[in-house]
Amino acid sequence: MTTQATLPGRDRSRQAFLSRSTLVTSLVLIVGMLLVLILNALPASNALHVSGATVALLGKYFTYMLLALAVDLIWGYLGILSLGHGAFFALGGYAMGLYLNAQTSVLPGWQAMMTYFPVAALMVLLAPGLLALVFGWLAFRSRVTGVYFSIITQALTFALMLAFNRNEMGLGGSTGLTRFYELLGFSLSSEGMTVALFLASGIAVLLAFWLCRAITVSRLGRVSVATRDAEARVRFIGYRVDHVKLALFVVSAMIAGVAGALYVPQVGIINPSTFAPLFSIEVVVWVALGGRATLYGALLGALVVNYLKTVLTGAMPDAWLFILGALFVLVTMVLPQGIAGVIAKWRGRRHAAVQPGQREASA
Amino acid sequence: MSGVESARFGRLRELARPDRVFDFMAPAQSPVDVRHGPILYLEDVSVSFDGFQAINGLNLTIDDGELRCIIGPNGAGKTTMMDIITGKTRPDTGQVWFGSRHNLLALDEPQIANLGIGRKFQKPTVFEALDVTENLELAMAGERRVWKTLLARLDHEGLARIDEVLETIGLSEERYRLAGVLSHGQKQWLEIGMLLMQRPRLLLVDEPVAGMTEPEMHRTAELLTRLAGQQSVVVVEHDMGFVRSIARQVTVLHQGSVLAEGTMDEVSNDSRVIEVYLGGDEESA
Repeated sequence: MTTQATLPGRDRSRQAFLSRSTLVTSLVLIVGMLLVLILNALPASNALHVSGATVALLGKYFTYMLLALAVDLIWGYLGILSLGHGAFFALGGYAMGLYLNAQTSVLPGWQAMMTYFPVAALMVLLAPGLLALVFGWLAFRSRVTGVYFSIITQALTFALMLAFNRNEMGLGGSTGLTRFYELLGFSLSSEGMTVALFLASGIAVLLAFWLCRAITVSRLGRVSVATRDAEARVRFIGYRVDHVKLALFVVSAMIAGVAGALYVPQVGIINPSTFAPLFSIEVVVWVALGGRATLYGALLGALVVNYLKTVLTGAMPDAWLFILGALFVLVTMVLPQGIAGVIAKWRGRRHAAVQPGQREASA
Repeated sequence: MSGVESARFGRLRELARPDRVFDFMAPAQSPVDVRHGPILYLEDVSVSFDGFQAINGLNLTIDDGELRCIIGPNGAGKTTMMDIITGKTRPDTGQVWFGSRHNLLALDEPQIANLGIGRKFQKPTVFEALDVTENLELAMAGERRVWKTLLARLDHEGLARIDEVLETIGLSEERYRLAGVLSHGQKQWLEIGMLLMQRPRLLLVDEPVAGMTEPEMHRTAELLTRLAGQQSVVVVEHDMGFVRSIARQVTVLHQGSVLAEGTMDEVSNDSRVIEVYLGGDEESA
């Protein structure tokens, strides 16, 4: 029991949209983006110049941060551990991939409609959203919770990986979709496009962060935290727990879909390996490392782990998975609340109490 | 003018009356119909789990505004009975009615809760990551749909209601403390407060004084007796001293059915009750 928790005043950070963590996170994101833009605009001879390759890399990190945010919304605040969020990410990616393919070649059958950007953009939201709606409706209605839910999300993403590997799907089989040249009439290989995609991804992170923040500070956010900690109690005071879970699950899947859609033009390929269970588990590790139920922790975790991955897979490619595993074990044991927990401790705030219990962390 | 016509005009005049209150304009009343009898009615309810007969031909009637204590040794089926009433467990046979209109066996937990049956668990279950006010806010009777919940704001009426309940449960000083740091007794009261926010017609309270100190117990007894009358209250309790201090009517459960019913004195002098319950009490002591 900490002394901070007994202070009489209300902890505003949980109920106000414009809390310090919102402001600081937004500011860091905006300043970071502007800084990269400025440094990128410097002449290449300048020591501080940021190359186009780095900008592209940072843009990719942004899409990972978006995906981590989606996972934190349901894992941190609702206690639903999805080990298959890569599936929603990949679906958004495939929708974007089809659109990009359709710019330079004529696609067969229903895929022809993906030529139009508004249709494609809609599909980026609808494909993951609908899958989450049907899957979540079945799961939450039958009260599948905890580790059982995690296992079936793994099965879901694995099944989709097998399906997308088949050539009959018309989605490139195991090669996936590639050979992207144009987006909205602009060449994908131009420097300007790299910067534009970086910016779009950064803005998407900012908007999604605000959306998640708005949800978690609302009464619905409090109902979801209550559901995470005492589901039966929530049901007995009259809330439809399955509806709450379904709504947030669908929102989360859509955010993941947008992340995938922004990811694909930046890396130039989408293939069934994105559906691989390992990728989805890695996303969970980002969030756990960053710290659950803080939102900014998820952003931080995704950035830190992926930066480490970039550096370390270059330096010692074989060791990366061991390092990742060791990091996860270490963080779970030493910093159960992740990097965000350390920050909160420094700030002397009482975030600890908002965190899910240890019991859940070990599940 | 013929009789039929005058009747028609009469109906018209009735419609045009300035003081007429249309049904749809009237404030929402509790939908529970208790005009023709009890608020809760269980008939011949049986349920078994893997061959174990937890409830066996149980009959129970609770009147509107009554405070009823239910006692019985471990495994008598008290908690299972509450599970059945609140929709958590479905009985194999029997009927459960809330008022004379609502068949509880056709409804699920949130529907039953929204009809006005509140339940307090044996182990205090509050939302530990939220503060006291937020706990009460979530329990407040009102809109439960996802979209409305997202947009909901606490208005003055709601705040006043929360203040009132905080006063009743004696937690005004603790309103901004996290529920997780409250003492055991305070958590129990907070949970009762959450039930009050729901404005239930029927309160089911499972072992409210388990683990409480003597003064806390007195305060809980006072709280529960004050509630009866406005609400019907069913208390399941082990502590005989506590039951004696609040009960008017006591029902003794044994092996899933009613063994005896009456005032505390009648019940405690019943030879069968002494045999199964008080005898068992000595054993465990």
